[in-house]
Amino acid sequence: MAWMVWTLPTAVFFSTIAAILAGMAAWEVISPTVERKGFLPIATTRGDRLFIGLLSAAYIHLIVVGFTDITIWVALAISVVWLLILLRWG
Amino acid sequence: MVNKVYNNRAWLLVLPMLVLVAFSAIIPLMTVVNYSVQDVFDANTRFFTGAEWFERTLNNAGLQAALLRQFAFSFTVLAIQVPLGIGIALLMPKRGWQASAVLILITLPLLIPWNVVGSIWQIFTRGDIGLMGAGLRGLGYGYNITRNPVDAWATIILMDVWHWTPLIALLCYSGLRSIPEAYYQAARIDRASKWAVFRYIQLPKLTNVLVIGVLLRFMHSFMIYAEPFVLTGGGPGSSTTFLSQSLTTMAIGQQDLGPSAAFSLIYFLIILLVCWVFYTAIMNMQKDKAERGGV
Repeated sequence: MAWMVWTLPTAVFFSTIAAILAGMAAWEVISPTVERKGFLPIATTRGDRLFIGLLSAAYIHLIVVGFTDITIWVALAISVVWLLILLRWG
Repeated sequence: MVNKVYNNRAWLLVLPMLVLVAFSAIIPLMTVVNYSVQDVFDANTRFFTGAEWFERTLNNAGLQAALLRQFAFSFTVLAIQVPLGIGIALLMPKRGWQASAVLILITLPLLIPWNVVGSIWQIFTRGDIGLMGAGLRGLGYGYNITRNPVDAWATIILMDVWHWTPLIALLCYSGLRSIPEAYYQAARIDRASKWAVFRYIQLPKLTNVLVIGVLLRFMHSFMIYAEPFVLTGGGPGSSTTFLSQSLTTMAIGQQDLGPSAAFSLIYFLIILLVCWVFYTAIMNMQKDKAERGGV
């Protein structure tokens, strides 16, 4: 695996994504998702909302890193809160 | 309708594909992510840089300009190719030997490899021996794609339209062929105009193939590389340098693996977002229609 030049932050990042996916799969088995309409303009399933949350998290990070001097941890915090809001009320 | 058995274990059949995709896409993508946060010199020498490459890439004026050009290019070719493709499909003969002949003729440009398309147009547009280049000059227009950015742009768009409109036309043709004759009969009984037939029968029935067509053409055109590279080399100046060519210059020309990894990820995120928006928008349009009791 040396050729993949792993670093601790990227390893943590991918482990978290894998854990989230595994968790979502388990959740789906225990109680299958129902498509519903929240504050988003479209009806979504749980997986849709996770995807929207992750994609917007990527953009939040890019904006914070590229165009502001705020530390990246703020972007992470905003993203996590946003993801939870999306999953609950999206 | 036959009752279908719903069994999630069927997903296990996808496993072999998943393994293949892991090796061909997921693991390389993870490696790119690893590269994007480091400055890698060789197998043993590397430094963690955090988000620095992303910050530099996002603030690089040359790359920002390339991104804007890329969007301008993609939307221009889509705006030309989609209506043109639908129009061609409507005009194509429906049966007999003419149908086969036209199909083959229309498909020809699609069979030509990207580099060859670039070379064909490179020769076609030469001022001294090219039919189009020499012809335009003969008519008194000082056509020159190596000097004039407007000429270069127009030629690249023309080239892309020539190469890829057939794809849209073929997709639409197959979509049109699948409309049952009963719809047209009903339209004739109602004395519907040609426009009404197009607007309320043909266009709605084409939505599915158009979704695929627009998605494919957007992704293709957003990642276009070989054709403009062969035709103009990104010039004059950088007026036709699109994103993938900037990326190649960084990754292969300058061996800046960290910055180009960061750039690739941003590129990927843009494509992911645009495709998702297209897909969701069009799928929801269809769902609304279904709920209203339409198609």
